Amino acid sequence: MTEQTDFVEIRHAQKSFGALEVLKDISLSVTRGQIVGIIGSSGSGKSTLLRAINDLDPLTGGEIWLDGVQVNKSLPHRQYEKHINEMRQQVGMVFQHFNLFPHMTARENVTMAPKMLKGLSQAAADKLAEEQLDKVGMLERIDYYPSQLSGGQKQRVAIARALAMKPKLMLFDEATSALDPELVEEVNLVMKRLAEEHMTMIIVTHEMDFAASVCDRVLFMDKGVVVEEGPPATMFKHPTKERTREFLRKHIEGAK
Amino acid sequence: MDFELMLKVYPFFLEAAWTTILLSVLTAILGLTCGTLGAAARLSRFAALRFLGAAYVSLFRGTPALIQLFILYFGGPQIGIQLDAFEAGVIGLGINAGAYMTETIRGGVISIDRGQREAARTLGLSSWQATYKIILPQAARLMVRPLGVNLNMLIKATALVAAISVIELTYTAQRYIGSTYKPFEMFLLAGVLYMIIIYVVGRGVAWLDRKVQIN
Ligand SMILES: Nc1ncnc2c1ncn2[C@@H]1O[C@H](COP(=O)(O)OP(=O)(O)OP(=O)(O)O)[C@@H](O)[C@H]1O
Ligand SMILES: [Mg+2]
Repeated sequence: MTEQTDFVEIRHAQKSFGALEVLKDISLSVTRGQIVGIIGSSGSGKSTLLRAINDLDPLTGGEIWLDGVQVNKSLPHRQYEKHINEMRQQVGMVFQHFNLFPHMTARENVTMAPKMLKGLSQAAADKLAEEQLDKVGMLERIDYYPSQLSGGQKQRVAIARALAMKPKLMLFDEATSALDPELVEEVNLVMKRLAEEHMTMIIVTHEMDFAASVCDRVLFMDKGVVVEEGPPATMFKHPTKERTREFLRKHIEGAK
Repeated sequence: MDFELMLKVYPFFLEAAWTTILLSVLTAILGLTCGTLGAAARLSRFAALRFLGAAYVSLFRGTPALIQLFILYFGGPQIGIQLDAFEAGVIGLGINAGAYMTETIRGGVISIDRGQREAARTLGLSSWQATYKIILPQAARLMVRPLGVNLNMLIKATALVAAISVIELTYTAQRYIGSTYKPFEMFLLAGVLYMIIIYVVGRGVAWLDRKVQIN
């Protein structure tokens, strides 16, 4: 079916919210270990595409494949739920607003799903929490509640929470957009470290410099279509489409 | 004011107050049960259940509790439901309170940010797992105060069952008025006892609310 190299494959993705068509026939494949950045102006459909990959916003047309298995296959409700829960365990997602569980400590945020879904013992879960929180530099805050953490710290815990499920793929939806500028770097560093470990990642971002430094490929989306894509060097330096140029002009100059 | 009389009848009122408390406790338990089921129905993914939940709420909030009690207690035997006054009181008030609690519980659940459920589902939790592990523990904290208001109203509503002659506080006051002709003293005595019950419950709710807040 799919070639071994196509780890994530999106085929003719189409999504409408009522009469509003947000994704218009998008196809995309990502190989194992690849890091893909998605840029584009507000409302262009970046989040919707990302959220379609783990079926948070189910597509109205097209297919999503992950590692040879179709994510959004049609099944009776019960079977579908079981299937999708298994698929989602393999895909980590990081949100703009962290969405940490406020009634749980950092440790509990990280261990909740592995304990519940993989039946980890408390000892194994504690070890996992220490491991994952150490990786994002949050070990000293392991027993803090989210309300006691800064935005950057929350986001690092959220990344640890996602990583604790040992996902094959990580999705980032503007992971640093809600952060104060001085907290952005600590989160970017964590993501860079994941990149060095060859985690497959799809990253929606407004930070062109970051995209240029970590991504293997960058996609520019506008009004529900992928206008242009390529390695960051070409995309940022020599975009071929006028719409891309216009967007980059606004964004790179606007930022300065 | 006839303090001597008040002191003399006071023990009987105290006994009646226990009936009011028992009535309140049982009604609260039934109300919470109905409220939980009602909220689950209102939030169900099945349209038929959502409709049933909404119908329950609008029916029981849209008619006087007293009429509901009368239908159950006086009208019940006509359709084969035989209940003594106390049972009818608990069931009638409980189902009525449940309609209000349905809205309170539903309100608590829907006020939890959508991102919480999404984060849980993204990790691979089922809808039910996300609900009971992530949504309900947070919603429950938000519900303590509004459920406290429901409880306050429910305790006061127990006075209605005097109309179907359950021997609780209000009924007792009425009965002693019949023999003493001192409505001021008798109702005052009942009022003070209601106030004490409601005050204690109110403090308990405030304590619980403080206790469950995160940190
Ligand atoms: N649940 C929804 N119901 C209706 N419309 C929606 C919904 N979610 C998104 N949309 C619409 O879909 C379009 C694309 O939204 P999306 O969030 O994917 O954009 P985006 O590229 O991520 O934008 P941003 O940079 O602001 O995050 C927007 O017009 C938005 O209003
Ligand atoms: Mg977005």
